[in-house]
Amino acid sequence: MSQQTVLYEAEYELIKKICDRLVREANAKVVFLVDKNGQLIASSGETAHLDTTSLASLTAGNIAATGGIAKLINEKEFSQIFHEGERDNLHISIIGQRVILVVIFDQRSSLGLVRLRVRKASEELNQVFNVISQKAELPGASPFAEISDDDIDSLFSS
Amino acid sequence: MSFINYSSREINCKIVYYGPGLCGKTTNLQYVYNKTSPDAKGKMISLATETERTLFFDFLPLSLGEIRGFKTRFHLYTVPGQVFYDASRKLILKGVDGVVFVADSQIERMEANLESVENLRINLGEQGYDLDRVPYVVQYNKRDLPNAASLDHLRRELNPRGVPDFEATATTGVGVFDTLKMVAKLVLQELRRGSEAPTAAAPSMPPRRGPVG
Ligand SMILES: Nc1nc2c(ncn2[C@@H]2O[C@H](COP(=O)(O)OP(=O)(O)O)[C@@H](O)[C@H]2O)c(=O)[nH]1
Ligand SMILES: [Mg+2]
Repeated sequence: MSQQTVLYEAEYELIKKICDRLVREANAKVVFLVDKNGQLIASSGETAHLDTTSLASLTAGNIAATGGIAKLINEKEFSQIFHEGERDNLHISIIGQRVILVVIFDQRSSLGLVRLRVRKASEELNQVFNVISQKAELPGASPFAEISDDDIDSLFSS
Repeated sequence: MSFINYSSREINCKIVYYGPGLCGKTTNLQYVYNKTSPDAKGKMISLATETERTLFFDFLPLSLGEIRGFKTRFHLYTVPGQVFYDASRKLILKGVDGVVFVADSQIERMEANLESVENLRINLGEQGYDLDRVPYVVQYNKRDLPNAASLDHLRRELNPRGVPDFEATATTGVGVFDTLKMVAKLVLQELRRGSEAPTAAAPSMPPRRGPVG
């Protein structure tokens, strides 16, 4: 139970830069990155009006369900999923089998452009996540090694 | 699997409410949602059938406050209870940090409870988790009903190991927050245990890199 994802400032900055650039180069509205358990890692673009927490959870649920379907029909995984809407479209891809990259775009962009830009961003993100998982294996890499029972109880005092 | 983000100084943990169909899992989350102030909760999402049976999951993000400068967030999920939704239940257990088993106290639901605990153990096992080691709390719900089994009986059948357990009536909220607080506490304690440096042999890495705050 002790494995956990730890995201440090340095890697976060790299991830954020890649997402920001993807928004620009793909002419996208929003880009966000979610781990497979539904936790939001980073987001870029017009996110102010978006409930990114819910989006993250539902995206992970979507990928989990699609992955379940893939297994049943003996596919390994659907590495890219595309949803077409009236105004906005959604492109979802899985990076290195561990994180989910979502791009929301409208008629200012196209599926072809998005796929092209996503491919490059995916490679870069994959490298960052390699570093992250290496760091996660180091011992003591958590601020929670030192929390006391009092710290925990204080959360519930109100 | 908890997620610690140094950049936003947040820690996210995942708690799953498990149990047989109609035992009151969704009702637990609804009560928590209704009683939590707007700034401490996100939207509650229910993927349900037209008859309000949980189809895939319910989801409720909660913020509990800060520990050592980190915002602690708990993502609460429920699973669909009906036997034929087993594939969905497995998916929802992925990356879980703590489990609440909600039992239906009604005597005629005892078999369904037992079947569901067994199913939980198997599905956790498939993810590489051991029910005896995961932060785990049992809730005996529907204590208000006349056909509820005795507490002794429920304990004997559903909690032989004696993990923390609570009597509840989720519709009125009795026991709902006690259950949640206990599982959250166990999760945080587990987090501490899991992050302790093994021994003096390995020098512990300073966690903070780059500018913080
Ligand atoms: N009498 C009583 N009814 C309850 C209690 N908790 C839930 N219920 C009812 O049981 C039914 C199923 O609850 P629900 O939360 O949807 O069950 P779930 O399938 O586990 O999500 C609903 O009609 C609830 O109102 C309780 O403590 N007492
Ligand atoms: Mg339900």
